[in-house]
Amino acid sequence: MQDVYRTSNSLTKNTMHYCPGCAHGIIHKLVAESIDELGIREKTIGVAPVGCAVLAYNYFNIDCVVAAHGRAPAMATGIKRVHPDRIVFTYQGDGDLASIGAAEIVHAAMRGEKITVIFVNNAIYGMTGGQMAPTTLVGQKTTTSPYGRQVEHCGSPIRIAEMLSTIPGAYSVSRVTVTTPANLMKAKKTIKRAFQNQIDGKGLNIVEVLSTCPTNWGRTPYESMRWVDENMVPYYPLGDFKVPEEAK
Amino acid sequence: MSERKLFKGNEAVAEAAVRAGCRYFFGYPITPQNEIPEYMSRRLPEVGGCFLQAESEVAAINMVYGAASAGARVMTSSSSPGISLKQEGISYIAGSLLSPLIVNMVRGGPGLGDIQPAQSDYFQATKGGGHGDYRLIVFAPASIQEMVDLIYISFETGEKYRMPVMILADGVLGQMMESVEFPAMKEPKDPKSSAYGVTGAQGRPARVVKAFDLDPELMYNLNEKLADTWKKAEESEVRVEEYLMDDAEFALVAYGTSSRICRSVVDKARSEGVKLGLIRPITVWPFPKKAIGKAAGKVRGFLTVEMSLGQMVEDVRLAVDGKKPVYLHAVPGGLIPKRDEVLAQVKSIIQGKGV
Ligand SMILES: Cc1ncc(C[n+]2csc(CCOP(=O)(O)OP(=O)(O)O)c2C)c(N)n1
Ligand code: SF4
Ligand SMILES: [Mg+2]
Repeated sequence: MQDVYRTSNSLTKNTMHYCPGCAHGIIHKLVAESIDELGIREKTIGVAPVGCAVLAYNYFNIDCVVAAHGRAPAMATGIKRVHPDRIVFTYQGDGDLASIGAAEIVHAAMRGEKITVIFVNNAIYGMTGGQMAPTTLVGQKTTTSPYGRQVEHCGSPIRIAEMLSTIPGAYSVSRVTVTTPANLMKAKKTIKRAFQNQIDGKGLNIVEVLSTCPTNWGRTPYESMRWVDENMVPYYPLGDFKVPEEAK
Repeated sequence: MSERKLFKGNEAVAEAAVRAGCRYFFGYPITPQNEIPEYMSRRLPEVGGCFLQAESEVAAINMVYGAASAGARVMTSSSSPGISLKQEGISYIAGSLLSPLIVNMVRGGPGLGDIQPAQSDYFQATKGGGHGDYRLIVFAPASIQEMVDLIYISFETGEKYRMPVMILADGVLGQMMESVEFPAMKEPKDPKSSAYGVTGAQGRPARVVKAFDLDPELMYNLNEKLADTWKKAEESEVRVEEYLMDDAEFALVAYGTSSRICRSVVDKARSEGVKLGLIRPITVWPFPKKAIGKAAGKVRGFLTVEMSLGQMVEDVRLAVDGKKPVYLHAVPGGLIPKRDEVLAQVKSIIQGKGV
């Protein structure tokens, strides 16, 4: 009998706690498939963030640690320096990476740490109940921007991929999303390449994934995917911001 | 084979750690401990290790957390303001049952304070410092040789209890030079042989290193395990030195740099016929409660001498448990107690003239 579908070896059988329509689950799957296909499950170490993905260690069937809020790149640095022959990745939300952990990601990129960073940007603090993030769009209502984010009051959203692509130490920087089958295929290819680069001894490799938070956005799963396409993508354009020819 | 060398305290700290098998150092510059990272930046590459200057103390301690999670012997050093920034990470590390070495060359506070030697981080070091119930094994050396010897055993001690270890020293111990004998080089353990570290799940079930559980029952169990460990450490790891306590009628209690001055106070007092002794905690956690409790049955009272507004004095009072009066000689802010002033206070207390 021919396999039509098989769950990834790099995922456990645990039921994910993510809300219906949340893209965290999809992104986990893309990461796990990449690890499987590259044959690195037994040498990969994952760093879970503080955020909705704090429980990622329950879903990835690989060695994992849970970092303090925002410090995943620092923790990954410690791990990679001890085990340069292992594949180390962080999985971080936008509050985690773009706010409290802004210094750690910038300096990990500056050092050219040979790690892979999966940066899940859903424009909100999901886990704590939908507060404003540095990535929250102008005018977007959250529980701490009830009148909508106002530029005069708290500035414009930060574009992490663009910013990191200016850092010489960053090896590959891309932004993808998972809102349509075509986008999903592209995201998978990009994530897999970000791991392959690390296998090739290159770093830092970051993939920003525009994601959803139907629960705190107050939208259905379908509406949420469309909201990414219609509101996030125009501000956060998709594509490769920095990918050397040799890695393409 | 003994090799006696004149060494600066901070450099001796670094060399001792290398000899103890430490191959990873992550830190951020701050006075008065800069010679530790500087020395490590030269020394670790020579022995196949890794020195990395982090972007902040926050990042440094989380790099330490990562390296310790990966099964390595790793250390960081800093001074008071930097150690404050490291508290969140230390709490995570303790909650993950990891045992890196953390060195605090304490300086005067609060705030940015100054860069002079102080003992005002005692509470932070011995009572947890960061959030949650946790303790560190805290060594408080009084000489460079003792600092070297304690660092040499610190990783094994920490690994035995799966607790982080702290060296609580100060700028005097970091900056002065003394003759030291270094112990032999220990072979570093291969991090990949770690029984609990993340090394890649090769041929075994996946491991998780974390200080987190949404289930309070499981968090309760972790806390019970910690409490259990502390009990064992309190039974076996207390280190204390008693100086001329056998016939002492009055006792000084001091650790680290202030204990060096107290020794000369005792000598001076003895030369004047005052039967003074000194109890010197070498571990400030676990605290030498028994030695102090026992002394409370013999002496008329205690004077705690601290380079702070008085922090250890609270532990001394708990150990004395009201049996005898406990007085305080407090010199905060980065100043050093003076022998004659301490002695004057002792005499005044003994003669009933007040404190
Ligand atoms: C030091 C610290 N500050 C704050 C928190 C509370 N906290 C937990 S998750 C989170 C935000 C997570 O948002 P994000 O990184 O965007 O992840 P998401 O849940 O949206 O995937 C915050 C602020 C914490 N755990 N630790
Ligand atoms: S709160 Fe938002 S980010 Fe978190 S699981 Fe639910 S939908 Fe996903
Ligand atoms: Mg988020």
